Amino acid sequence: MNRQQTNRLAIGVITGLAILVVIPIALVILFVFYNGIGTINWEFITAAPRNGMREGGIWPALLGTIFLTFGTAIISFPLAIGAAIYLSEYAADNRMTRMVRLAIVNLAGIPSIVYGLFGLGAFVLFMQFGTSILAGSLTLGILTLPVVISTAEEAISSVPQQFRTVSLSLGATRWQTIRYQVLPHALPGILTGVILGLGRAAGETAPILFTVAAFYLPNLPRSVFDQTMALPYHLYVISTQVPGMPLSVQYGTALVLLLIVLSLTLAATFVRTSMRRRREW
Amino acid sequence: MTSKPSLATPSRTAEDAPRLRIGEWIIENLIRLAGLSTIVIIGLIFLFLLREGGPAFLDIPLRQLFGTRWYPIEGIYGLAPLLVGSLLVTVGAVIIAVPLGLITAIYLGEIAPPWQREILKPLIEMLAGIPSIVLGFLGWVALAPLIQNAGAATGLTAFTGAVILAYMSLPTIISISEDALYAVPKEYRDGALAIGATQWQTIWRVVLPAARSGIVIAVMLGIGRAIGETMAVMMVTGNAANIPAFGSGMIFEPVRTMTATIAAEMGEVAQGSLHYNTLFGIGIVLFVITFAINSLAGRIVGTRGARRSGGKL
Repeated sequence: MNRQQTNRLAIGVITGLAILVVIPIALVILFVFYNGIGTINWEFITAAPRNGMREGGIWPALLGTIFLTFGTAIISFPLAIGAAIYLSEYAADNRMTRMVRLAIVNLAGIPSIVYGLFGLGAFVLFMQFGTSILAGSLTLGILTLPVVISTAEEAISSVPQQFRTVSLSLGATRWQTIRYQVLPHALPGILTGVILGLGRAAGETAPILFTVAAFYLPNLPRSVFDQTMALPYHLYVISTQVPGMPLSVQYGTALVLLLIVLSLTLAATFVRTSMRRRREW
Repeated sequence: MTSKPSLATPSRTAEDAPRLRIGEWIIENLIRLAGLSTIVIIGLIFLFLLREGGPAFLDIPLRQLFGTRWYPIEGIYGLAPLLVGSLLVTVGAVIIAVPLGLITAIYLGEIAPPWQREILKPLIEMLAGIPSIVLGFLGWVALAPLIQNAGAATGLTAFTGAVILAYMSLPTIISISEDALYAVPKEYRDGALAIGATQWQTIWRVVLPAARSGIVIAVMLGIGRAIGETMAVMMVTGNAANIPAFGSGMIFEPVRTMTATIAAEMGEVAQGSLHYNTLFGIGIVLFVITFAINSLAGRIVGTRGARRSGGKL
């Protein structure tokens, strides 16, 4: 076999394997869609589960996930944006900054179940919030910090240096420059990070296991100190813990969760592409 | 890094100057606090794990702690079966995911025409976005029966977990190795092609060696991702806290990982009991492993310094 043939063979094999990797991704999504779409109707979305969760809908779990996602945004957004501004605008190139970056890389690598343990130890027990929406949101908020910080920092750093120079030379202070010149231009990128973080939070199960999620609740939560059902945990419960669960309900629940998370991912991608297209520098 | 021009005091009317400065002083310090909070948070995570999990390492005799029996009901807490479970599933996942991920990255970075990249990259991002519980659910209802039909005693095995995990760590491995390939200067490729190398020779002998350290990072972070995964693994590995008999068939036995043990048992333990402490102790082990992996990966990035400016991390 000469080297031209080797080349053709190698390129062919790489192409084939790459396609083999990517096709199942589309298949997985289509598979859930195909099996779940028949279950989804108005009642499934808006009704409470009945008959040991084998009938009825997923409303309490869906609402719980919406609450948790909002809670996560409230906790994570200000802290993450602050940290991103610090890293791109204030941090000097010193030991402290390297430690902050190392901390962020490591936060991103900590397993989600360990965040769950931390939430249990710190928020549920030590701060005595109990298993509650507050404890769950705090846990998820911290879990999403690294994603939001790195995306937001990238967005802020990509604003051209001249914008800052001109603003400063006109007599604006450093904060005025950031507030009126840098942040507005970085906003779409920051939003991308926030949406990605929320998508992550909406789909996570392990961190909410011991901090907020309830197996089944007859009533909707009334305050942030209440437990709530949540969609990912609900899917876990109905697929492994409830005997005689109809498959259609399981697929329907999986599809709703998948749709929520994927639409957030798609929204983030959309914001990012439209930002690139509009950028004038 | 942004350079910081020294700022002259801005000229303002006398009345609003002090208020503005106090406001800015507060905001700027809040921003600094937000930056430092990341260090504080990671410290707090470790402290709380130690607080709740530390007693396990003090109260359980070391010989038992590293023993081969995990029977919490009888008060026997040997971590070996859980470590072996995590190891089996993770190694299996890495063996599947690393070659496939690297090959996909090579295809995306070196071979695919732009229009294919436009389709494939969002698809891979979507895979990264699929919640682990959904993949676990699919493993449970679709993949496990397939594996059982193929002749295994049960469909819920280390292998099933490895396949699902491999899939979940693919996006990490693909995107970081693609960054590494992207960072190889174009001149390297041009030079190789100009002296008559084929595309494959260029990739194999020039581009891949040049991207070596980035690929090592991709593999490490893939391992970190796989070892910490919980829900999917818990649903498809069978959750048997036994060490499978050593041999080629061990990958087709049910196992239980460290993560799944925490998730499955924490709901049933009394707070403050030794069992409770031990589950936090497993959390410490996981924290230390992932911390080591990520710090090491961070260090490799650091040593390469300015050469790689475009990549993430």
